[in-house]
Parts: sequence; structure tokens; C-alpha cells
Amino acid sequence: MAKGEEKTLGIDANWPGKVVLLMGIEAIARGALEAGVGVATAYPGTPSSELVDRLSKVAKKFNMYVEWSVNEKVALEIAGAASLSGIRAISAMKQNGLSVALDFLSGLAYTGIKKGLVLMVGDDAGALSSSNEQDSRHIARMLDLPLLEPATYQEAKDMAKWAFELSERFSTVCILRSTTRILHGRGNVTLGELPETTYHPRFDTSQICAPPMGRASKSHAALHKKLEEIRRFHEASPFNAYVGPENPELLLITSGTGWLYTAEALKTLAAEKRAGILKLGTTWPLPHNLVSKYLIQADKILFVEEVDAFLEAAVRDLAADLVPGRVWRFFGKSTGHISPFGELNPNIVIGAIANLLDMTYRPRKSAYQKECDRIASLYVPSRDLQFCAGCPHRAMYWSLKDALRLDGRDGVVTGDIGCYSMGQSPAGYSQMKTAHGMGSGVGVASGLGKLKQFGFSQPVLTVCGDSTFFHASLPALVNSAHNESDFILILLDNSGTAMTGFQPHPGIDRNAIGDSAPKVDAVELCKALGIPVTIVDPYEVKQTRDEFLRILKKDKGPKVVICKRECVLIRATGKGALFKVKVNPEKCLGEQCGCNRYCTRVFGCPGIRWDRDTKKAEIDEAVCSGCGVCAHVCPQSAIDREALS
Amino acid sequence: MNLKRRDPVNLIITGVGGQGNILISRLIGQTLVDEGYSITIGETYGASQRGGSVASHVRISKKTAYSPLTPEGRADVILGLEPLESLRILTLFGNESSFVITNTRSIHTMAVVTGEAEYPRLETIKEGISRLSQKAWYIDASKMALDMGMPLLANIIMTGALVGAGLLPIDKDRFKDRFRMNFKKEQLALNVKAFEMGIAEITQSTN
Repeated sequence: MAKGEEKTLGIDANWPGKVVLLMGIEAIARGALEAGVGVATAYPGTPSSELVDRLSKVAKKFNMYVEWSVNEKVALEIAGAASLSGIRAISAMKQNGLSVALDFLSGLAYTGIKKGLVLMVGDDAGALSSSNEQDSRHIARMLDLPLLEPATYQEAKDMAKWAFELSERFSTVCILRSTTRILHGRGNVTLGELPETTYHPRFDTSQICAPPMGRASKSHAALHKKLEEIRRFHEASPFNAYVGPENPELLLITSGTGWLYTAEALKTLAAEKRAGILKLGTTWPLPHNLVSKYLIQADKILFVEEVDAFLEAAVRDLAADLVPGRVWRFFGKSTGHISPFGELNPNIVIGAIANLLDMTYRPRKSAYQKECDRIASLYVPSRDLQFCAGCPHRAMYWSLKDALRLDGRDGVVTGDIGCYSMGQSPAGYSQMKTAHGMGSGVGVASGLGKLKQFGFSQPVLTVCGDSTFFHASLPALVNSAHNESDFILILLDNSGTAMTGFQPHPGIDRNAIGDSAPKVDAVELCKALGIPVTIVDPYEVKQTRDEFLRILKKDKGPKVVICKRECVLIRATGKGALFKVKVNPEKCLGEQCGCNRYCTRVFGCPGIRWDRDTKKAEIDEAVCSGCGVCAHVCPQSAIDREALS
Repeated sequence: MNLKRRDPVNLIITGVGGQGNILISRLIGQTLVDEGYSITIGETYGASQRGGSVASHVRISKKTAYSPLTPEGRADVILGLEPLESLRILTLFGNESSFVITNTRSIHTMAVVTGEAEYPRLETIKEGISRLSQKAWYIDASKMALDMGMPLLANIIMTGALVGAGLLPIDKDRFKDRFRMNFKKEQLALNVKAFEMGIAEITQSTN
């Protein structure tokens, strides 16, 4: 193949047999293409966002319909509609999103589907970018749905393709669940064939697609029967394998990332002849015969899985009735050999295996280790998260902090999930006091705003982002309009779903594939609810503070203040800096000033540094994004800003 | 001095969110996959766009796929876009034989900005890195990139330094071919120039 063609190598490359380096989630997107998928939907959330992102870029080429949906429940409903009309569809979400989609998913489990429908769930093990690390596999068990877990990047692709076939064979949604180190890792993937697919969709109106009224438990019974058939099918799945000796001293049962860590651990310890690995790809329903075959060959079993002891519990259940009188020794999360929370890593797995095989493993010489510990504790301060230089959220929290101090009634700010969640930390002056689910800040504020009859006297405010506003804040806002709850919603409109990579949402004038789209106007929506709206520029910190103060004095019902300023990362790719910012060394009194380093110590923008030699502030031009807000902050007016065209 | 007979070779690229770690790991990974290597990359970037520590673990093997995270103490090469992060990774993943190539331009942490912690002086960081590694190179790539008018090019200069150091089985010219596939025409010349500056810089300091 000519070089010119190779330039376009991506998930759409029509080059069967070519080995490419793909992210696990890109491999899943490729697998969906190899399955001839027609519809793909999602609401963004780490680590699941890249599926629809990558497919949106090739949607036109493959005549697909790809959308960023308003939330995960709607995303799954759009994909479900395609499946029920005879089109293969995939929907992607993170673990928190699955909770949003759960109501529809549980209905779909009972009704079944028509054409292959795959629900890809990305679990954020370790909660690196989430408010929890819940293990979505429990949902498969709860709803009697088949569950697949890829263990390699190649498997991510192959399993995604296969998931559509499994889904169709048993007329059920198939859950393809993975975790961050597969989805956001990269590995070699050999590409397969891309099919020519033409769909002729039709909804069969001769059939009812609903659980029978008053007799839904019949659907439940049928689902159990189906699950037993899937269990038998899973027994022969190519995604399950055993690697190791007969009758191993230690049997390792793994799924997902556990496979690569376990294989590496045995190699590191040179223990491949002592221990064997049963790698499971079809983890619900558990293939009983296959697991039993290896279980009876070993006495000591260690489970290596992310996040909860899911396989561990299922295998213990199986073992309870397997051989009367036989006692196994099970190790894993329940015994603390593997941490019952957080994500896995090679050290945890090497440590657990070494312990159970009575081996000693020291990764580094003790003198070197001591020196590492000494240097780390003396010279390596932690790097906490912070708002980017010039982030409008920092400016908004600055104004909000001032307004609440001046108001003096101990105002409460609730919030939810987004970059602005950092409002709970010093980065946002610890202003945001609650964060639970998407849109929950508005719901909780709506509740606090109704407590006056019990003597509650604090002013109530809440923050939510522009994407979150549509995702799940709207029902709570409607609720508050109807019930006349007293609070201020501060809508942080930065023109995109910034935290996950600027995916469009209904308030943006383009759709997932980049075509222009009607923009749903949040201002008009609020007005239609009878809620007064004002718009401020958060970079104008004094005006924003005064507007907060003005509205804090108003009482009845919900009020909305829109802080409108695009994310600095969007601006960085376009217009660039608004101001050339400089510290005037004549005016900056440095440590002689009574301000005690106000600009760095209190305002805390990473674009300002304290020069320890001159003992004065300076602008770090490699970091400063030129928002000019700090010019308002310095009590000596020593920060100059010059507007750039 | 090279690692061509070692398998796997563990490279960790580290820096602060927004410095362009992922681009480097992807370019290096793709180049090596085309050479027949089995590559696994794990990116630790909880919140890459919000100033946290970022590390890309690149596991390079001719034989098999390794896991996406490097075990403690097993880093062969550390490429740092920020000096404090290079030292941090070295204390976690380094050993006596590790090589370090690091940018010297600091990015202050939140605690340093607010005055709760002190950013160590560059000499202190260098001393720590040199004590914990077999050999270290220090390059002021941010200054070079700033002089070119594009601070973000520091990552490409550092990539040039990594390839120029000759530790990894990567041919300079093959790597430049990879640039042609990844950069738009208008960005290509500037990126190639930055890459070559990185090679020149490390060649100078090695000789």
C-alpha cells in the first residue's frame, strides 16, 4: 500500500491483516465497524467518550447515524430504537452513566431486542476521573444480561464484533464492560474485514414490545431460561482460556486487566510452572463447567479482577455445591490479598502471588529504595489538580466567594459533576459544598430552598455546567419552578462539555458529526419556566460579584445567573490571549506589601509565580493564557494588562 | 550504551497535563509497531487538562504484550517534560540503571503557587536525578520552544532528544516519516525542525 494511503490509517482503514496501535476503546469502535454497526450514541464520560468521538469522524463514510445524546438514558433509548427496527447499534457510557440509563435498560432486558445491541460500559477503576468507582458488572447479574470483558486490546476489537452476534443470537442486550487501562491504554490490534452493510429498517407493528401488563414476572422467568442457554453458550467461548500447568499450586482466576497483570507477574517471579491462569472473557453468566474443570485441579485460588470481588463471589457460590466435603482456599479482595478498592497494578498482583507462593520479591535494592523515599519526601511536593490558567470557573468562584462573604448569611453552594467540581477544593476556594450525581446540585438546592418553614435561613446557590444543565438539571429546575423553591442557579456556560473533550450538547449549534444543528436556548427555556435570567461575564469579577449580591437579596422562587465565557482550552486553539499581562515591578511591593502574596497565595492562578529571589510576583508567560482577571485582584494594582486585538 | 538487547524496554514519559505526553507516546508506539514490536501503552492522566501529573508507560517487546503499567523499579528510560515530574517518576519506577532525559523548565504545583510548599531549586532536582540514575541529560526545551515562538513544541524537542540519545530501537529518519503521517503540512516543517533541534542538543551534550 502506498504511503499516501497509509496517512489515513485510523479505525476505518480498509486493510485486513494490518497491525495498528489502537486504544482499547478505539479497538471497540473498530470492532463495531467490522460488525456493520449502523447507530452509535453516548453521553460523554471518562473513560467511555472516545467510542462515539471516533465513530462520529467516520459516520458519513459508513452511512452511520452517530449522536451525542442529552444523557445516557436517552442515548440507550436511541440505540434501542435502532435495534428494535432491525439496525445494529451500540451505546457507550461510564459507570455513573449506567445508573442514569438503568430504568430503560431494565425494561429492555425483559422485552429483548431485535438486531444486535451492545452496551459498552467504561468503568473508571480507581475513580481517576469520577465521583465513584462502582463496578458495573453487578448490573449484568441484577438484570440477567450477558456480560463480556476484554483482556487485551485485540480482544477489545474482536469481542465488540462478537458481542453483536451474541446479542442477536439470544435477542438480548449484551454488556461489554471494560476499565480504564484497557479502554485508555494502547496495544497492537490486527484489523479485520469491513463489511458492506445495507439496512432496511422497519418496526414490526404486529408485535408488542413491552412486558405484559400485570404479568411481567413471566418475562422474568423467560429471561432466566435464556440466561441458562447463554451460560451453555459461554462454556465454549474462545474468549476463555487456561494457561499453565496441570494441577497448579495456585490457580489465578482473572478477567479484564487482571490477565495482563497476572501474566506479567508470573513472568517476573518466574513462577509460570507453579501457577496457572484461568482468563475469563464471558463473566456473566459464569460458564460453570469450564470454571469447575480448573477449580477441581487446584486447592489455592487467587482472584485478580477490577473493581469488586465479582468473580470471587460467583466462583465461591459455584464451589459451595461442587464437590461435597471439598474445601478450597480462596484469596482475593475478600481476604485483602488484593485491595478491595482502587485499580489494579502489577505491584499489587506480584505481591499477592509472591505471598501465596512463599516467595520474596524486592523490586529494588534497599539502599536505593531508602534514597528514593528520602528524596521523594524532601523534594517532591504533590501536584494537586487545579483550574487551568485563565479558567472562567476560577474567576466565577472568586466572585462568588466575595459575594457570599459580603452577604454574610453563610450561603450554601451545591454542585455536581464537571471541571467546576474542583470548587470543592482550594482551587475553587472550597466554595462548592455538595457533589453527587449529574444535575444533583439543582435538585439538592431545590430541596434546601424549601426548608424555610423549619427555620432554615441560609441563602442557597447551586452551580452546574452547560452540558449538565440539559443532562439532568432540567427536571430539577422544572420542579423548583413549580414548587417555588428559593435558590440561585449559576449556569456555567463555557460552550461545550469541557471536562471530557468539548463534545457538543443541545445548547451548541453543531452536532456530533460536525453538521450545523438547531441550538436549544437555555435562556428561553428558563424564561418559559417563568424563571428570571441574567447573563454575566465571569472575567468581569466585580460586576459578577455585584450581580450575585443583587440577586441574593431577592427572595421568592428560583433565579438563574448565566456565567458566559468559553473554556480557555477552546480559546487557546482559536483567538488566543485577550490581554498581555505583566507585573509592574515598580508597583509590586512584594514581601513588603501587606497583602501577603495575595495574587499567588489566595487567587492561586498557575500563571502567576512568586520569584523567590526578587521576592515579587511575576507572570509565567509559558502558562498565562491572558484572561486579565488577576489585574482586578492585586490590591496595589501592580498587574498591568494590555488588550490584544 | 543502548538497551537494544533488553526485553521488555520500559519507557515512561512524564509531565504535567497539557504538555503533550500522549502525542509522544503515540508517535513512538506507532513507529515501533511498524517495526514489528509488541507495544502496550498505559496513560495515567486522571485529569490531564487540569494540571495534574501525567505519565505514559510505554512497554516495548519483541516477544509478548506486557501490561499497561510498569512495575515498581522497572523503568529503563524516563523522558520528562517537567523536572519535578521526572524526579517523581524516578523515585517510583527508577533503578540504578535508569536513564533520564528531562526538560529543565519547571511548572509550579498548586501548593507552590499558594506558598504552602516550596518548589525545589533546579540544582537540587538535578542532584536527586543524578543520584538515582545511571545517566541523565538536562535540556531547556521550553526555552528553545519559546524562542521558536511555540511553547508547545517542547514535547517534540524532547522527543528528538529521546530518539537522538539512541537508547531505543528507533531510527531517526523512519521517525520523521511518521511525522509526515501525523502532522498537517503547515505544521510539519516546524515539528521536524523542533525534532532535529532535540537530536542536535542531545548529541552535543553526549559528545
